[in-house]
Amino acid sequence: MTDTVERASGTPDEPMPFAELGMKQDEYDRVKQILGRRPTGSELAIYSVMWSEHCSYKSSKVHLKQFATKAPKSEALLVGMGENAGVVDIGDGWAATFKIESHNHPSYVEPHQGAATGVGGIVRDIMSMGARPIAVMDSLRFGAADAPDTRRVLPGVVEGISSYGNCLGLPNIGGEVVFDPCYLGNPLVNALCVGLLRKDQIKLATAPGPGNKVVLFGASTGPDGIGGASVLASATFEDESQAKRPAVQVGDPFMEKLLIECCLELYAADVVVGIQDLGAAGVSCATTELAAKGTGGMRVDLNLVPLRDPSLRPEEILMSESQERMMAVVRPDDIPAFMEICAKWDVPATVIGEVTDTGRLVMTWDGEIIVDIPPGTAADEGPVYERPYHEPAGQSALNADTPDRLERPTDLRETLLRLLGSPNLSSKEWVTDQYDRYVRSNTVLAQPADAGMLRISEAIAGAEPTTRGIALATDGNGRYAKLDPYAGAQLALAEAYRNVAVTGAEPLAVTNCLNFGSPEDPEVMWQFAEATRGLADACRTLGVPVTGGNVSFYNQTGATAVNPTPVVGVLGVIEDVAKRVPTGFVAEGLRVVLLGDTREEFGGSEWAHVVHRHLGGLPPQADLEAEQALGAVLVEAARRGLLEGSHDLSDGGLAVALAESCLARGVGAKVTLSGDPFVDLFSESAARALVVVRPEAYDEFASLCGRHDVPCYGLGVTGGTSLVIEDVFEVPVEELRERHRAVLPALFG
Amino acid sequence: MSAARVGVVTFPGTLDDQDAARAVRLVGAEAVPLWHADHDLKGVDAVFLPGGFSYGDYLRCGAISRFAPLMDELIPAAKAGLPVIGTCNGFQILCEAHLLPGALTRNASLHYVCRDQRLRVERVSTSWTNSFAEGQEITLPIKHGEGRYVASADTLAELEAGGQVILRYLGNPNGSLNDIAGISNAAGNVVGLMPHPEHAVEDLVGAPSTDGLGFFTSILKSLVNA
Repeated sequence: MTDTVERASGTPDEPMPFAELGMKQDEYDRVKQILGRRPTGSELAIYSVMWSEHCSYKSSKVHLKQFATKAPKSEALLVGMGENAGVVDIGDGWAATFKIESHNHPSYVEPHQGAATGVGGIVRDIMSMGARPIAVMDSLRFGAADAPDTRRVLPGVVEGISSYGNCLGLPNIGGEVVFDPCYLGNPLVNALCVGLLRKDQIKLATAPGPGNKVVLFGASTGPDGIGGASVLASATFEDESQAKRPAVQVGDPFMEKLLIECCLELYAADVVVGIQDLGAAGVSCATTELAAKGTGGMRVDLNLVPLRDPSLRPEEILMSESQERMMAVVRPDDIPAFMEICAKWDVPATVIGEVTDTGRLVMTWDGEIIVDIPPGTAADEGPVYERPYHEPAGQSALNADTPDRLERPTDLRETLLRLLGSPNLSSKEWVTDQYDRYVRSNTVLAQPADAGMLRISEAIAGAEPTTRGIALATDGNGRYAKLDPYAGAQLALAEAYRNVAVTGAEPLAVTNCLNFGSPEDPEVMWQFAEATRGLADACRTLGVPVTGGNVSFYNQTGATAVNPTPVVGVLGVIEDVAKRVPTGFVAEGLRVVLLGDTREEFGGSEWAHVVHRHLGGLPPQADLEAEQALGAVLVEAARRGLLEGSHDLSDGGLAVALAESCLARGVGAKVTLSGDPFVDLFSESAARALVVVRPEAYDEFASLCGRHDVPCYGLGVTGGTSLVIEDVFEVPVEELRERHRAVLPALFG
Repeated sequence: MSAARVGVVTFPGTLDDQDAARAVRLVGAEAVPLWHADHDLKGVDAVFLPGGFSYGDYLRCGAISRFAPLMDELIPAAKAGLPVIGTCNGFQILCEAHLLPGALTRNASLHYVCRDQRLRVERVSTSWTNSFAEGQEITLPIKHGEGRYVASADTLAELEAGGQVILRYLGNPNGSLNDIAGISNAAGNVVGLMPHPEHAVEDLVGAPSTDGLGFFTSILKSLVNA
């Protein structure tokens, strides 16, 4: 028997399985208070998913507010947080929309589908802003590279991203692959997508205009990804329901490709009033959010939802996370044109309801009312928690255990080879060769470049010409953030900012994916509070607003949380994409110049990690003023055509940056150090970069650095087939290459 | 004379169609979009079947596209001498349509592979390779999971004897028999290859090579000389 509103009113004391759905008693009481009765099973399904941590940000909201309250003034920001993705003005009438999102837990349970649907979900977020998705990136973290479970998780994740992204026709232009034992039971799979649209064509998730039709289009709805399997176990719900449902969604990239082309044609035909993708919480989320942001009411006949499995109950339809679905609000007169375009692309589309001005979201099943709620109470008025937090008990001991006690190496050549041959610093070709980086032919830079870069002018057929391009980088360092979450988040931003700037693009805006343990653990919550505070402060200093992002809590195994891992994505713009600066030593006979000061900073460093398995002390200083000055020099120098190549300094310090620069094109270099060679080579001080300039351009470049107060040191020249550190060591580029390349194939086949 | 008109086919799931069209325009020809569901070649002078995952490659790569209405027109036209090139998924479709012999199977590594690949041009007497020198070494990107060329021993011997192997891998990336990267029909008007010439036509983007241009200048030359 269907649990209707009428039945719920008549059986006020019937026990409901709110606890099994992850809802607390006081939350359930609030639902009863809102409705003035007990919720029906369908209503409970809606509130439980919409008020879940994932959808409501109930533990993080109070901290995320800082991204708005501390936001720097930015004329570039067209759409900020709270929409499907932020939108940034990139000039000449163009806008870019980008966002990063986690799919961590599904990727552990079923690596291939978990990672694949992570890509699919973020791509639909970008589509729903009215944009054509133009590229993806992935920021991945796994357990120790040689751990048996990593051999299950990593190949599956990479294959999932590869099969989904490649089939979708989006170039994968960068990202990260990081190994640390803390991620063994909780890999982090953060997927980023960027899209392009004309500034005046932004679409929003809204359902205005009573009488307008609500159209569900794309894949049919099946029993996948139904989060609360407990719904089904519960006796309160129908016994005819299936016993066990898969918790991980299954992706169909072919359908998604059709959806992309279909949506873009719908936008071009101007037959969409509002649009929302179906992600977490599926129909529940799309209907409540669209209705809440529109005229305020909506009527939906759930029997009209096309089902892949006809036995699905309304509660399941509401919670299903079947992929490749979108919901649009369409004027009645435009329905024929809408349907024609969907038919051209073989995309099923069904009118399932209409917008009303009643202020209520009403759903029917077999003609009976099963949902009757004020939509805003589910979409926007979820619970908000001020979770208690305090500094972890071991934090000061961790910070006191500095790397000063670690034995320093005598053979620096071997140290470099060892670092370059460690999983974190090794070549990621084994991974990135499985991703199509060329499709759509707009890729100017892709991995292993510091940032991915795309030209804009040809990204959309018939687009107005522009010389502009966009650059994107993602970075994060869980070890730094563990030592100091405030500084760690700032360092993640600083590195992504720097990676964008070294390509010649000016950093404009930020997206973030905050991966943490359980918010119910006050020590984890302290890490989260510190990291968000640090990131918000740094965004203000660097003048780059947060446009959106995602929080992933509960990344922990038992009581052990992953290292706090804020992953930051930065989007930048280059005025003339032809002036992009490639990564590394691009030719012989160029001056090698180090920018920025090197301090003795080994806390959380790759050297300490690889050689001593040590994590302690403090991370490098996050000097944001220096970071900004460095960025200004790099962007201005690129604009003037002074830079032939560049590379940021980060994990592994100068030594690794030099080696990677040699590996870029197989060009060696001869450099001279001035201080303690070990510190010069392996310290991880931030706000540094390596550039190569033509000898005749050096003076102009040095004076530019002087004007911005950026320290500038001529280290030597490029050339030859070896990396030569005068009076320290010499190593053939080929030997570097062998070490660098051998690691992942040896581990993963 | 008016510009040569090269049709670029879009199937559901085709991905490299706009790239191919751009490359066609770069050499001064007109790119004419052709839609899988139309029985209409729009009077084009040549046809480019681009890469992608038509119909998701959910059955066998190219096995469904081969039955598209457009193919009903294309197959007889190709047999009658219309120049046709298929890259990647396009090559797979040409094999499924039996316009070219053999088949493309899963890479020996079992991984999708995207890389800049060294190749040797083996035959220049085709509509699509006449701008190259025989034995010329070029670099083009490859990006595929099912690019391992296989054929019966007899077919291979025939291909080799007839000079129908047009492109060979230098450093076999996928286990293709005889290092075959591309073949033509006996007449030389139908060509299929796994690498992507359309991604190697501009300095700014794509592979670090513009060697792909040769395929597009070749078709212009052969149309002018026809």
